Amino acid sequence: MKHAIAAFAALIGAAGVQAANAQTVINVLRVAVNDEQEAYFEQIAQAFEAEHEGVDISFEYIANEAYKSKLPTLLQSDARPDIFYSWGGQTLMEQAEAGFLQPISDLLPEGFAETMPEAGLQAYSVDDVLYGLPQYPTEVVFWTNTALTEQAGIDIGSIKSWEDFLAAVQTLRDAGITPIIAGGQDKWPLHFYWSYLALREGGPDAVAKAMAGEDGGFENAAFIEAGKEFQRLTEMEPFQPGFMGTTYETASGMFADGEGAFHLMGDWDYLPMRERSTNGEGLPDEQLAIISFPAISDPVAPGGETATLGGINGWAVSNSAEPEAVEFLAFMLNAENQREGGRQELFIPIVKGAGDALENPFFAKVAEHIGNSSYHQIFLDQFLGASVGATVNDASADLAQGATTPEDAAAQIQEAWDFR
Amino acid sequence: MTIAAANRRLPASERLRRSLSNGRVTAALVLLPPALILFSLFVMLPLGESAYYSFFNWNGYGTPTEFVGLENFERIAGHSIFHKAVGNTLKIVAVSLFLQMPLALLLALLIHRKTPTNAVFRLIFFLPYILAEVAAGLIWSFVFDGNYGITASIAGFFGADSFFILADREWAFAAVMTVIVWKYFGFHMMIYIAALQSVPEDQIEAARIEGAKRLQIVRYVQIPHIKPAIIVSAFFAIIGALQVFDVIIPLTNGGPSNQTHTIVTYLYTFGLTRLNIGFGSAVGVILFIAAITVALFYQRIFTRGKQA
Repeated sequence: MKHAIAAFAALIGAAGVQAANAQTVINVLRVAVNDEQEAYFEQIAQAFEAEHEGVDISFEYIANEAYKSKLPTLLQSDARPDIFYSWGGQTLMEQAEAGFLQPISDLLPEGFAETMPEAGLQAYSVDDVLYGLPQYPTEVVFWTNTALTEQAGIDIGSIKSWEDFLAAVQTLRDAGITPIIAGGQDKWPLHFYWSYLALREGGPDAVAKAMAGEDGGFENAAFIEAGKEFQRLTEMEPFQPGFMGTTYETASGMFADGEGAFHLMGDWDYLPMRERSTNGEGLPDEQLAIISFPAISDPVAPGGETATLGGINGWAVSNSAEPEAVEFLAFMLNAENQREGGRQELFIPIVKGAGDALENPFFAKVAEHIGNSSYHQIFLDQFLGASVGATVNDASADLAQGATTPEDAAAQIQEAWDFR
Repeated sequence: MTIAAANRRLPASERLRRSLSNGRVTAALVLLPPALILFSLFVMLPLGESAYYSFFNWNGYGTPTEFVGLENFERIAGHSIFHKAVGNTLKIVAVSLFLQMPLALLLALLIHRKTPTNAVFRLIFFLPYILAEVAAGLIWSFVFDGNYGITASIAGFFGADSFFILADREWAFAAVMTVIVWKYFGFHMMIYIAALQSVPEDQIEAARIEGAKRLQIVRYVQIPHIKPAIIVSAFFAIIGALQVFDVIIPLTNGGPSNQTHTIVTYLYTFGLTRLNIGFGSAVGVILFIAAITVALFYQRIFTRGKQA
């Protein structure tokens, strides 16, 4: 298709009909997605091209880890993309400080920023300058296999506190059911536990304070308590055997195969886990439930019980992008396209009011959680930047195996933060 | 030899004139630049750059500005995972020298003669080496998988609980070393086979007539003959151990808890994926010095032995 268009364009060019009309190419770089999502983006690109003569949108996809390591080099080269996928947080801040990003507030269509929630814009701002836009929020929840919890006699509606959850884990163990599936080899699935516990223990501003170096930084009691509570869980051996050799993808498939009762994972796992299951269908919707990460009964600091952990994923605009790129970004994220993404169950729209298209009960519930959230914490392994984030992942994995103490884990993270 | 010696006695101007007239200098001037330019651009320049970056705390964005002196090196020296990585690299050296090479030699002695059966065995033993490292790592990660892998079937056959060796902090590296031995013994075996085939048959026959037993022939005739090959293969084993990377990444990715890193996977994980380019460069500098030291010492020790 592309070749056909190129050949056609060349033909026209040769004929001299449109020779003066130079093409503006907008390069968009994204972490690899599945076919449905690619089709979704392709459709948006075509719609935009149809309205804007002479603009060519080109999407490129790179696998997750490769994307992260390739981006810094790419941004410094002439081949830098105009728009690229971002998780916000420290990484975006570093890119902005190095001058690779472009302030876009003035280039956005009139009134566009108002369609986005304030927290979403904040996630893509550095020192109150907007460098990108969010596309969708995600939340990390306990995916639950209700057939297994019922078999063990657990009422998941009554799991409100961490103690309730630990009790449920014990009940499952006693019933001979693997309580939790975890993709320990990738480490980041384990960092969800530590992050959530730190959020519950330390309240909404625990991380911000630690980043500012207040109250002992990451060695604050909240982070140490989080490690202790996490180890209370891991000492019960709640995970499947050999969980440290299981990747996220395998774990997601195992959960969909009904091999464990809980899986602490983002809402995005809804479709992928099915694709990764042995029969390709996974658990039916009636056998699935999501529960929020439970609250801590006597936290170090108050206010963390309704906070959520997840992402505010979106796009950043590089310094060399043409104004058309920002126009395209706004088009891609307009209410109509957002609603369509929600309708296709690709993601939860972030634009205000676009959530009404969510027919999927799980996504609707996650949207509700995020709407009611007192504070939406972006994944710590993204939020704190590549280096500190990876250290948080390492520390979480070490805690899960009993290879470190909560105090040492906290000190290790603080050290990485000091030398970032 | 004699011409060179004669040349040395001549005055410098005369020497220059002669070497110009015999075309050597012209040849060097014509043939050297392509190699020199490529080598400088892609080897020397990056080397110098990483030495420079190693004095900065730099995340790869923009130009490095935060000069930290030797702090990167201090941090590496005090990092327990780096110690583990060095230990693991040394373990690979030891396993290569004391397990892999003897195994390769034993097999080479068994199948070095040119017969059809031996050719089949040679191919089988050499197959792992042909396989791409990443593919080998992936295949073995399935073999070791305690849920679906061969490990699970074996454990199930004996009625035992399945085990997850790649998830075990103590044993994961043993699994990694198994794969490395499996992957590279064929390469060393081939070096030995080539050398063994050039051992003069009449000497072996003479030894046999003199009443030497099989083991004695191996010990006193064949091994002394292939000593240069053994020295070369040991050199490859050591340098190879310093470079192990692509088997480990798909197999354990350095885990569990960073217990199975080698120096190179350590560099990649803590330098590149975490965007600590300064820190990673410092690891690179250390690795470079280690490799150069090994290469120089090795050459000096063994080439001197040959001249004596």
